[in-house]
Amino acid sequence: MINTNISDSATKLNSLNRRMFILATAKIIILGGIVSRLFFLQVKENKKYLTLSDKNRIREWKLPPIRGEFQDYFGNTIAGNFEAYQLHIIPEEVEDFRYVIYRVKELLELSDKQFKKILKKKNEIKPWETLIVADNLSWEKFSKINNHLYDLNGVKPVISISRDYPYKENFTHVLGYVSQANENDLLTNENIKEKFVPGLKVGKTGLEKSFEQKLIGSNSVERYEVNAYGRRISQLAFQKGDKGETIKLTIDTKIQELSNDLLKEKAGSICVMDIYTGAIIAMHSSPSFDPNSFVFGISQDEWQLIRNNPMKPLVNKSLSGNYSPGSTIKPIVALSALENEIIKPDFTVQCRGHKNPLELYGQTYHCWKKEGHGFVNLREAMKQSCDTYFYEVARRLGVDRLSVTAKKFGLGQKVFKDVFDNEKKGLVPNTEWKKNALGRNWVLGETIITGIGQGFIQTTPIQLCLMTAQIANGGYKIYPKIVANDDNQYADKFTPLYKKSRNIKIVQDAMFSSTNEVRGTSYRSRLDDPKYRFAGKTGTSQVKKITEQDRELDLKTFQIPYEERDHALYVAFGPYKSPRYALSIIIEHGGSGGTVAAPLAKELFKLIVDRHEIRKNYDNKKYLDI
Amino acid sequence: MYQYRRFNNKNGFFQKFGNLDYVLLTCLLILGFISLATMYSTDGGEILFHTRSHFIKFIVFFSMMIVISFINIKFWFSLGYFSYAIILGMLVWTVNFGITASGSKRWIDLYFLNLQPSELMKIFIILFLAKYFHRMKTQHVNSFYAICFSLIVIFVPMSLVMIQPDLGTSLLIAISGIVVLWFAGLNHKYFFYSCLLSIISLPIIISFLKPYQKLRVLTFLNPDRDPLGAGYQIIQSKIAVGSGGITGKGFLKGTQSYLEFLPEKHTDFIFTLYSEEFGFIGSVLLLLIYAIIIYRVIRIGALSRSYFAKLFCYSFGTSIFIYVVINMSMVLGLLPIVGSPLPIMSYGGSSMLATMIGFGIVMSAKTHSQQSIA
Repeated sequence: MINTNISDSATKLNSLNRRMFILATAKIIILGGIVSRLFFLQVKENKKYLTLSDKNRIREWKLPPIRGEFQDYFGNTIAGNFEAYQLHIIPEEVEDFRYVIYRVKELLELSDKQFKKILKKKNEIKPWETLIVADNLSWEKFSKINNHLYDLNGVKPVISISRDYPYKENFTHVLGYVSQANENDLLTNENIKEKFVPGLKVGKTGLEKSFEQKLIGSNSVERYEVNAYGRRISQLAFQKGDKGETIKLTIDTKIQELSNDLLKEKAGSICVMDIYTGAIIAMHSSPSFDPNSFVFGISQDEWQLIRNNPMKPLVNKSLSGNYSPGSTIKPIVALSALENEIIKPDFTVQCRGHKNPLELYGQTYHCWKKEGHGFVNLREAMKQSCDTYFYEVARRLGVDRLSVTAKKFGLGQKVFKDVFDNEKKGLVPNTEWKKNALGRNWVLGETIITGIGQGFIQTTPIQLCLMTAQIANGGYKIYPKIVANDDNQYADKFTPLYKKSRNIKIVQDAMFSSTNEVRGTSYRSRLDDPKYRFAGKTGTSQVKKITEQDRELDLKTFQIPYEERDHALYVAFGPYKSPRYALSIIIEHGGSGGTVAAPLAKELFKLIVDRHEIRKNYDNKKYLDI
Repeated sequence: MYQYRRFNNKNGFFQKFGNLDYVLLTCLLILGFISLATMYSTDGGEILFHTRSHFIKFIVFFSMMIVISFINIKFWFSLGYFSYAIILGMLVWTVNFGITASGSKRWIDLYFLNLQPSELMKIFIILFLAKYFHRMKTQHVNSFYAICFSLIVIFVPMSLVMIQPDLGTSLLIAISGIVVLWFAGLNHKYFFYSCLLSIISLPIIISFLKPYQKLRVLTFLNPDRDPLGAGYQIIQSKIAVGSGGITGKGFLKGTQSYLEFLPEKHTDFIFTLYSEEFGFIGSVLLLLIYAIIIYRVIRIGALSRSYFAKLFCYSFGTSIFIYVVINMSMVLGLLPIVGSPLPIMSYGGSSMLATMIGFGIVMSAKTHSQQSIA
């Protein structure tokens, strides 16, 4: 029994030890497998997992880029940046959010509506994200908050950078304005999409929009280590972004401001241009509005007020206002006729007043002057703006030849090409255009009224300004520019637009007479000092056809309803002795050009000529500095 | 009888003290130190709850192990069936009155501590089966009765744990039991056939799995199918280990764990954190320590006189090996994720208690290596 017991336990032990041996071998193999797996992950694939780990833990935060500035010709900032006082709260860092937010409400005197908006915003963000309670506080409120900080745990007064337009409404239509980027901005502009951060402000109209790429700058980037929940743990790096480019304009703020003053309470536009360089000296559209109200989002009431104003403050009239040029087209009609040798300067027509108007195919065509001008040659007709004379010239010239000259001088096409997205082309009609666009044949009557700038023809104030500038500089092609260092080189710059330069001289002289000689339409607005003396042409464009009844009533401007009053226009260049600047003025529904628009030119030229000296000196000084 | 007395006389206190396996003790202390350092790192470089609690548990249970090692192996032999019954009772209690945490009932409230009986079962099932086979004659081991009985012994606690539900621990219990069966000399063909059977029935078993368990299997097969959901743990774990490199990111500098990308970093995934901070060299070193520990345990078994002690030591050593392998394979993406702690390293009182009891019994076998058991 004992014997069997011993042998049995011996076999048991043998079996046990044998099996242990088998298993030990298996264990070594398995252990080798684990080690090789470790080797694979930690040594061979180390780089891959290291990258993944960094991707896990490092996150970048983009800060809003600092927008480039706009300067006027003399380096004054016309759109800059200012330090906005803001109030931020990170909800999770606040112990008692309810208490703090009510305290803030009290201190900032927030309305219930604003307060609800903030609470709604708070619910939309994660607790560790920044809640912007106020984005532009006054200094008083900001310091009030700072004084109560001991009581406001977790509230952060922050100074951030925001857009500022120091000249308020003066540059609105040139510069446009910035506001919070919306979905549409992101879809249409890759650059904005790339640099987008919540609260980013982008240009919505004007140059702010056109030069977005240059202005936007680049984001500063903060690199943070974050945990699995996206909470920042520590800052690893700060990469400073570049401020956007500063863009210098050719505009003279003084003249721009005067334009704004002159157009106060009126709807209209003033454009002033250097006739040799094409530099825009002033370009203003009235009424204007304060672009600063858009930076932090405009209030609904203010927006409705702007939107519903019958004078249309949102429209940049200088570029997108299409007007019949009225008599301001006459220099081009005259020039075209001279160039095509239809008439000579001594060509004479008899203007017989309203009793004996020009009659064609049953239509009558009246001169503006009831009594008529009698026998007039080209110079006299321009001076007194005799319509009858130009009916006859237009009839002889034909619309096709007229349209060729008009287009040559810049009418009917965009002056700034792509710089402004809201610029209109205007319209210079010809027979072919009418057939294509309206499907009907051109009739002679339409040629006749085109001769005095009525009918189909449509021009923008900036086109009229360019036209005048090109007449003033002796008939050479120029390209208007608004950015000072616009280095676009056009091959056909300064190519002559005339066949005979004498013809340009004749037209210039006729325009001189219109302003500086007795019976000239703008004689009353003349400046006698030769230093300031300028030449111009008035225009009064009808908004509505004058009926026989109207003619009999012969109402004064103020007696006619606002919408039916004539547009007053004036184009001029000066100083006459050696011309340098051209301008165009339009006052919507202002009445006659001679009485309403021309006097503004007088004011403008006084300043323009004075400023010219300063501008020249500024240029010289600039070169000396180099 | 003479022999018995002779060796009995020699077993005085100081004799026993000298007989302790100091290599094993040193390795356990090093492991304890490593686990404390790692725990300190999971707390973000501060002595917080986990570190303090782990430290206390390690000290208490380590001392307990020493105490156990001074108690005669015969006592543990005699306790074999009884302790199994007690733990089984606790499991039944757990099923009915356990504490529910994150969807499963695993703990029972013992007023001074929350105990997880399933962890203890991993050790006491070995004790039970070792005692059972100790008495058995070789020709009876492969008898129908013995096999049925031992399978029931394994199956009952396993199913009790399964319904908690805790698939990982129930599998580990089963593996511990099967390991004993293997050492006891159960015919190889049974293991072969049951392996074959389980492979064939694998699709059927999978269809019986709970949706979250099925998801784990699918995730194991392709972790990238839901990187932020089910695959998140394993992906982040692999990133942590992989980014450790050869020398690691340095103590307290593991970004994956420090920044809370690692799930369960105190418990099942503690190796990930360790591996991230100490790299390939550290990981191999840790494996080496485990290997030495297991080697020492098996060596103690080999030097023991009694069959019971041998069987227990071999089985316990092998079980520890399997726990380590399963845990590491899981965090290295070699196995699907099942809840299985890394012995001593992972945070968890019950697991530490069970492991230390196991080592205590092994140590008792060492100090009483010449003790024969009738």
